[in-house]
Amino acid sequence: MKIAVLSGKGGTGKTLVSVNLAAAASESVYIDCDVEEPNGHLFFKPNKIISERIMVHIPVVDENKCNGCRVCIDFCKFNALAYINNKLAIFDEICHSCGGCILFCPERALFEKTKMVGQVEYGTSKAVTVITGRLNIGEASGIPIIKKLLHHANKGNKITFIDSPPGSACTVMESIKDVDYCILVAEPTLFGVHNLTMVYDLVKLFHKPYGVILNKCVDEEKPAEKFCREKNIKILGEIPFDHELGMMNSNALIAVRTSETYKRLFTSLLQTVIEEVQHETIVNP
Amino acid sequence: MKQLLILSGKGGTGKTTLAGAFIKLAKAKAYADCDVDAPNLHLVMQQSIKPKQTDFYGLPKAVINSAQCTYCDLCRKNCRFDAISRVNDIYKVDTYSCEGCGVCEALCPGKAIVLKSVAAGNLMLYEDEAIFSTAQLKMGSGTSGMLVTEVKKQMNSAAKAVEFAIIDGSPGIGCPVIASLNGVDLVLIVAEPSVSGISDMERIIKTAQQFQIKIAVCINKYDTNLVNTEKIEAFCKKLNLSLVGKIPFDAEVVKVINQVLSIVDVDCTSGRAVRKVFTEVSKLFLNKS
Repeated sequence: MKIAVLSGKGGTGKTLVSVNLAAAASESVYIDCDVEEPNGHLFFKPNKIISERIMVHIPVVDENKCNGCRVCIDFCKFNALAYINNKLAIFDEICHSCGGCILFCPERALFEKTKMVGQVEYGTSKAVTVITGRLNIGEASGIPIIKKLLHHANKGNKITFIDSPPGSACTVMESIKDVDYCILVAEPTLFGVHNLTMVYDLVKLFHKPYGVILNKCVDEEKPAEKFCREKNIKILGEIPFDHELGMMNSNALIAVRTSETYKRLFTSLLQTVIEEVQHETIVNP
Repeated sequence: MKQLLILSGKGGTGKTTLAGAFIKLAKAKAYADCDVDAPNLHLVMQQSIKPKQTDFYGLPKAVINSAQCTYCDLCRKNCRFDAISRVNDIYKVDTYSCEGCGVCEALCPGKAIVLKSVAAGNLMLYEDEAIFSTAQLKMGSGTSGMLVTEVKKQMNSAAKAVEFAIIDGSPGIGCPVIASLNGVDLVLIVAEPSVSGISDMERIIKTAQQFQIKIAVCINKYDTNLVNTEKIEAFCKKLNLSLVGKIPFDAEVVKVINQVLSIVDVDCTSGRAVRKVFTEVSKLFLNKS
């Protein structure tokens, strides 16, 4: 069972929800796909860490063979190559690693080297397997790391929570493509509604079953709740705006492992989520 | 034009709330929202006019004409993005995975593949008393960095004579953030006193430092965790970064936002603190060239 936790806007509580649901499930897998700013490991503090370097292929030129024909420059859709001062210049950060320049060089003057763009770390925290992706600073795309992470999501039968990056762009799509269910975490504010609308469109686009968790709920008017009722979206549960929870969260403590109240809240939330997923597999196998 | 960019690394620390307040306090003549994945600044900066809209075309996507396909498998074998698959003897392109590199098009012996441009988003430009440039990336599209560059270009060409601009950035440290850093004079980082917030702040500071841009830091909701606030203060001191102020947690903020107002439109504790932050930032941003 693979469940993605996402939100349009950042800081709505994706990590809070996915970390605590994984901890409530005890035997589970937690995968942090927010490779630009991974935070789940700060809560789980996993041990027995094994790390794997994530490499991409980028071109290198053999200057003795390059005759300046510019076939590669004309081919590259990303403008990662240029001919400057009678030399072929390659901009590694812009390269998408498509391999086209190497394939089409008539002089065979280009070959590949590997470059590390980040890493994936595997560890455990009690019975939770914690897998974290981390993009190197200055690198533009975390996609190769996310692909590696999701490769692990497809192995094994344990309940798996995927902590997605914010937004609705390419990195988020990668992380939800193969999941069974999506949990959308939203703030009850007006900002929350706007962003909920976006992820709602995204999960519909991918035909994924979904439900909403409202976080930081206060006794104010809740535009997001109204939106869910109007669109007939299942609200899986609400997490209150609470000083105690805020404190645990800001000190990177897992609420489920720290407080009885939150152990109960997330255990019951987990039960609701599992029932929803099972219901979906029966209705839409 | 001088550019102030507001970033945070972590999402939800208060970038847009702060950007909205700054735009009002500075009476900015030009501003932009570079969070093209989840733009929100237009919700704070309500506009009375309709924007000029332009389609944004990202990179094109491969399209296979099955009638001309010779089943040579070259396209599938050479696609580095695993975007081509053979299902029931028909080759298909997964448009979400396709990055539009053109390898398959160039290799196809039957000329069955062409790259076609698709609208990947929407650019909006409001030209009223001030210039406001924003955009919305189409659901599930890549190329957010390219769209961020277009948002900034659109603002720059519409507001050539304007002295300074305030730009709301996106969370993270990847391509949209890197694109937004181009040409910026000062980055204001909105930090949050949580373990996650500190980790994310350190990563965004390192990213901005690679571009050798001046950095200032403010701490939002500083009183929610005083121990962590002290850690941020010590970190700024160590790296010699200007700490331009601390904003307290304020329950009023949610109410103000839900009324589509800025925190400097009403009298509240966070609004008063933001005014002080603004004064400090102005000193760094405008007085020195």
